[in-house]
Amino acid sequence: MSNSSKITGATILLENVTKSYGSKKPAVNQLTLEIPAGQTVMFVGPSGCGKTTTLKMINRLIEPTSGRIVINGEDVTKMNGDDLRRRIGYVIQAGGLLPHLTVGANVGLVPKMLKWDKERIRQRTDELLDLVSLDPEIYRDRYPKQLSGGQQQRVGVARALAADPPVLLMDEPFGAVDPITRQRLQEELIHVQAELHKTIVFVTHDFDEAVKLGDWIVIFNEGGKIEQYGTPEQILAHPANEFVEDFIGSGAGLKQLGLARVRDVRMRQLPTVDLGEDAAAAANRLTEAHAIRGVVLDQHDRPVGWISRRHLEKMSTVVLPDEKGVPTVGESSTLDDALDTMLVAGSSEAAVTGARGRYRGVITVNTVIRAIEGLSHEAVEEVSVPVGHNTGAIPVATTAENGVITYEMAEDDQQKEDEWLTSANREWSETDRQKWENYSSLDPAEDVVGEDPNLKGSGSERA
Amino acid sequence: MSATTSEKTADLTAGSSWKALVIQPIALAVILGLMVWWLFAADLTETERITLDPGYLWGLTLQHLKLTAVSALFVLITAIPLGILLTRRPFRGVSGLFMALANIGQAAPIVGLIVLFAFWMGFGTPAAMVTLVAYAFLPVLKNTMVGLDAVDARLIEAARGMGMSALTVLWKVELPLAVPVMLAGIRTALVLLVGSATLATFIDGGGLGLLITTGVNLALDRVLIFGSLLVAVFALIIDWIARVVEYLATPKGL
Repeated sequence: MSNSSKITGATILLENVTKSYGSKKPAVNQLTLEIPAGQTVMFVGPSGCGKTTTLKMINRLIEPTSGRIVINGEDVTKMNGDDLRRRIGYVIQAGGLLPHLTVGANVGLVPKMLKWDKERIRQRTDELLDLVSLDPEIYRDRYPKQLSGGQQQRVGVARALAADPPVLLMDEPFGAVDPITRQRLQEELIHVQAELHKTIVFVTHDFDEAVKLGDWIVIFNEGGKIEQYGTPEQILAHPANEFVEDFIGSGAGLKQLGLARVRDVRMRQLPTVDLGEDAAAAANRLTEAHAIRGVVLDQHDRPVGWISRRHLEKMSTVVLPDEKGVPTVGESSTLDDALDTMLVAGSSEAAVTGARGRYRGVITVNTVIRAIEGLSHEAVEEVSVPVGHNTGAIPVATTAENGVITYEMAEDDQQKEDEWLTSANREWSETDRQKWENYSSLDPAEDVVGEDPNLKGSGSERA
Repeated sequence: MSATTSEKTADLTAGSSWKALVIQPIALAVILGLMVWWLFAADLTETERITLDPGYLWGLTLQHLKLTAVSALFVLITAIPLGILLTRRPFRGVSGLFMALANIGQAAPIVGLIVLFAFWMGFGTPAAMVTLVAYAFLPVLKNTMVGLDAVDARLIEAARGMGMSALTVLWKVELPLAVPVMLAGIRTALVLLVGSATLATFIDGGGLGLLITTGVNLALDRVLIFGSLLVAVFALIIDWIARVVEYLATPKGL
């Protein structure tokens, strides 16, 4: 806890890990995967691809049939599983809270097992509830069923963080909450991670979620086969093969909206009008700015409505012409969210707000469309991708000065990996394709804007 | 928002059943009081006076209590661990066999069962107790297994995922969550036991059944009715105690 500003996460290496049940095809086959310290790695893929199995092998809820699990350089394959799991945070859908324990007791479970003293547990519990935006005074003594789904999920995250584990495993944690709550939980996770720098492994079947939350994305195919390992930008710009392409769908440009923030694009500046000011002066300002409309702000500079010059000319002091309000987006929202907000409001523009809801400018659908065009042509930065393949070759560890461990393939193995990743024999069968099409609701619509049925939801209705 | 949640909090501490928990003992006390009053006020014949002598009644009640308590204790210390064991993964395969055995114990008519055991083990209290154990075994075993099986597998996995050992999970998660169902089974078994223990008298096992058989044999209707009432009140008192335990032992938040 003392070094929370630095990376507190640990590097994880799955080394040639296989999990097979009986004589059937292995659920995960010869998987070698490096999870870099302090980063969020998203596992995505169709159901039955082994992503959850892989996750559960990290904390050995599922014991690997062969291979090693190495965390921070330490082989944990043979150590006591319970001791290992106490050192790894684990979050499941709906939080997995014990219904007969209070929120406080749930959060304090692992510290209690680690024999912390009562006062320290209490302090830590309050600190964590605070971190996930739940007031300890109100929620500490409540029972899980007295909380909403989103609140339960927050407690689940707090509980996983209780003993300050370097690694956090999250198994489709936001799958069971409504889209709006999910969006908020995702944003909170981003904030928590920005503060704590844990190593997070996150399983999801929602590619948008992967793009939004991940530093890295691993796309799995059946048998735990890695189809691509890269940053969201890399995967969107250069899908490794047909499988990945189909997974992303044709709206790759649109998905990149999940990467760009509102504050990164050029906003329009409309003249502002204060509530209660002299209407004639306001009308003059609009005329000078050659604007037909202005944004009405309240006394805290928060946008409350639009007003036209015609309206102003009929007033003596500025009042709101209607109660419709104005769609607003935060400046740190993604363009995806901004577009979502405009579509839901049925408006082609939305006011952008900064800290405390203060007005910053206006974003329009046109701005977003230009951003899409720009994004799909933008060159993706070259970054070296962590180790990930199914060739059976074992990587070499190097420890940096700050103690962070990274892995590298030996040169000829590297070649093997590259060949493997681009090899033509990784065929893409008709059944595979069908599986994808049934699985992801991504519509391969060709039109970029307006027609795509997925445009509406950054994850909405995509259960 | 705050109003609804505070209502929910109230729900947790005061379930709807607390009224029944208060009314039942009051009603029982009234009935018992009336019975005692009748015992001293009624104009009894000499035989009735001897059969309904308070000291004698007390002795029979203690015998009955002993029959019930010992067999109940034995049922609890065998059926609950067996139920736990049979829900553990390695033993799931044989759980059907044990359920079938327990079913026989309950399906067989208890009057026949008690006589069979008496011929085998000799007449007296031990044979009566063995019969009662066989009879009350099923509800406890079954409810233990059902209660444990009903615990959400995802919760168990979440608990294991936090580093709880299998034993801790059983103790801290599975059993507390199964307690309501298990206790319902135990209560059923106890009430069954109090009622069935009246049959012990047929094989010289003692208990309040003696009042009933005496009443029947000597055509003493008042003794018969008094005896039956006493057994019924006894059963309801046990039922009430079990309900109180259920109420107190059910974890909050469920």
